[in-house]
Amino acid sequence: MATQPTELANKPKSTSNWRDSDWKYRLGIGNWNPNQQSEAYIFLLLSLLGFVIFVVFPIVYSFWLSFQEWNLLSPPEFTGISNYTQLLTNDDTFRRVLKNTLFYAATIPPIQLALGLLMAVALNTGIKGLGIYRVIYFMPVVTNIIAAAMIFQFLLDKNAGLIPSWVWQFNEATGIRVIPPDFLGSTFWAKPSVVLLTVWKNVGFTMVIYLAGLQGVPEVLYDAAKVDGASNWQRFRHITIPMVSSTTFFLLVIQMIGAFQLFAEPFVMTRGGPAQASLSIVYYIYQNAFEFQKMGKASAIAWVLFAIIFAITFIQIRLQKRWVHYEVEG
Amino acid sequence: MSTAINRKPSDPQPQRRINWRHFFLHSALIAGSLVMLLPFWWMLITSLKLEGEVFTFPPSLLPYQDVYTTVEGHDRDLQLFDVTFEDGTVLEMAQIRRRGREAEMIVTSNPEEIIMVGIDQREPQRQLAFEWRNYVDAWNSQPFDRYYINSVVVAVSATVIQLAIASLAAFAFARLRFAGRDTLFTLYLATLMIPFPVLLIPNFIMVTRYLGWYDTYAALILPPAFSAFSTFLLRQHYMNLPREMDDAARIDGASSFRIWWSIVLPMSKTTFAALAIFIFLGSWNSFLWPLVVTNSAEMRTVPIGLSAFQGQFGTKWHLLMAAAVVAMAPVLTIYAFAQKWFIKGIALTGIGGR
Repeated sequence: MATQPTELANKPKSTSNWRDSDWKYRLGIGNWNPNQQSEAYIFLLLSLLGFVIFVVFPIVYSFWLSFQEWNLLSPPEFTGISNYTQLLTNDDTFRRVLKNTLFYAATIPPIQLALGLLMAVALNTGIKGLGIYRVIYFMPVVTNIIAAAMIFQFLLDKNAGLIPSWVWQFNEATGIRVIPPDFLGSTFWAKPSVVLLTVWKNVGFTMVIYLAGLQGVPEVLYDAAKVDGASNWQRFRHITIPMVSSTTFFLLVIQMIGAFQLFAEPFVMTRGGPAQASLSIVYYIYQNAFEFQKMGKASAIAWVLFAIIFAITFIQIRLQKRWVHYEVEG
Repeated sequence: MSTAINRKPSDPQPQRRINWRHFFLHSALIAGSLVMLLPFWWMLITSLKLEGEVFTFPPSLLPYQDVYTTVEGHDRDLQLFDVTFEDGTVLEMAQIRRRGREAEMIVTSNPEEIIMVGIDQREPQRQLAFEWRNYVDAWNSQPFDRYYINSVVVAVSATVIQLAIASLAAFAFARLRFAGRDTLFTLYLATLMIPFPVLLIPNFIMVTRYLGWYDTYAALILPPAFSAFSTFLLRQHYMNLPREMDDAARIDGASSFRIWWSIVLPMSKTTFAALAIFIFLGSWNSFLWPLVVTNSAEMRTVPIGLSAFQGQFGTKWHLLMAAAVVAMAPVLTIYAFAQKWFIKGIALTGIGGR
């Protein structure tokens, strides 16, 4: 970059190699072209406005709110860290919600990754009809989550649902007594039902990203392994998996973040029930803010959620050295 | 994994054999496709069933209905049955009324002669019939036309505004030098880590209390119009564009705006299209924000309307599924024609433009 003509042209004559060493530049307060300076802020004007009004200020405001008690009617009341201490020590619902969300985060990403990789590997064999399969598998990704959740609610409904009916038919046909669970009405099955919907909805995305990753794996590696007599499984295990590990890492991080922020799925399918068995953190934030009018508490939960996501992402980034294989370029 | 790749099309084909590996792969992939498509199919056929047919057991994967016919001398249509007699003959008969374990039935050609038939002897005739009225009922029970208009207005303006703002800012970050550039950009990136729920409540309070936008288009469009992510993505893209052209233009006296408009933008069509689809789809399907900032039916977008519809009709599945089809249809139709762009758009933006 340092050799680009513009940079040379704009480079102040007094300093040498300013780009790497000048702390003023790094802080962004030295060495600029005054011409571009004013121009740049015109380019940035709207963006900065949006950034400050809809992102920076709300972050500060939310943080402030999390130390208040406020029902939007009477003036906010400062309560120190009591919102947080209440949450962490004295809120059974929050504990349940946290457990539910951990269940989502522990199940959805692994299932999606495994299925997505499997589908991508199957499609990457040079098989005919790749385009059609990809269109079909990707279809749920573009659909409306509310409509999709309604369909699954119906598929699993205990009175009219297709899946329970099939189990009953299986009963009649074989005489084996299996009673279909009341998926959406049982505290045990409500969460897996939400997971089922989420996986169906998003696995196509995982597959498409994996397909792109697989296409970057050099064919020579497989050929060499074949010559050495490696089996299909060995080639998959020792070439495919390490070669797509950076894709896996990326997908794992974003899907984990997504799983922690589930809202519409339980909102439509189960209303968080039964007995809060499928209530997610974001749903609990929604309830506190917009049903119970507890703005301070809702903000505090949001910040706890941020802390959890931040910590988990941080741990994942720290752990990636152990298993993510980055190709050395060049 | 590589058998098919190494053979050139020009090579003489060996004798045609079934490729068992591909046969099994296709079987698995087709099974997978059926699983993926089943929910769509179930939605579609349920939306075309009569209300009473939704709860029949065993469930049918096609919308069948009982058959009725008009018979002289009867005011209402009579249901048709196939009746099996003891001697094995099967006769098509219409039922006048049921009496306990028997039914009064007639042969339609001879409506005078009433025959008593045991109810176990008869099987209702079924025919494939599409109950299009469900769509009319669903459409009329909520202002779906209004929801559609709202969704289109919101998604289109959110896309256009977000692209405009982000591309201008990205140009500044990628091509101009100014005080605080790197600090500011780092700040943008840092806010990407903040999950949306953190911003939800303060934005809601601000929009409703201070800006007075509650239940308006402004609330639906403007707060989501700024996106640090789009800015980041476009900035990465601009960084990879060759600089020689804008340097040449600059020497010729072109302004930065001119360079942005005439050089950088035309070179970014693909990325723009991909990002536009990503933003549009996100806006079209977005739920939580429109849910909290709208109140009246006039301001609801399609997903919110659908959710309200669900609240209104509980378990009237034939109507709910018709509404779901109505909500899904436009995007799925566009997807059918532009699926490559959809996949590209979401994959490209999904991997951060790498």
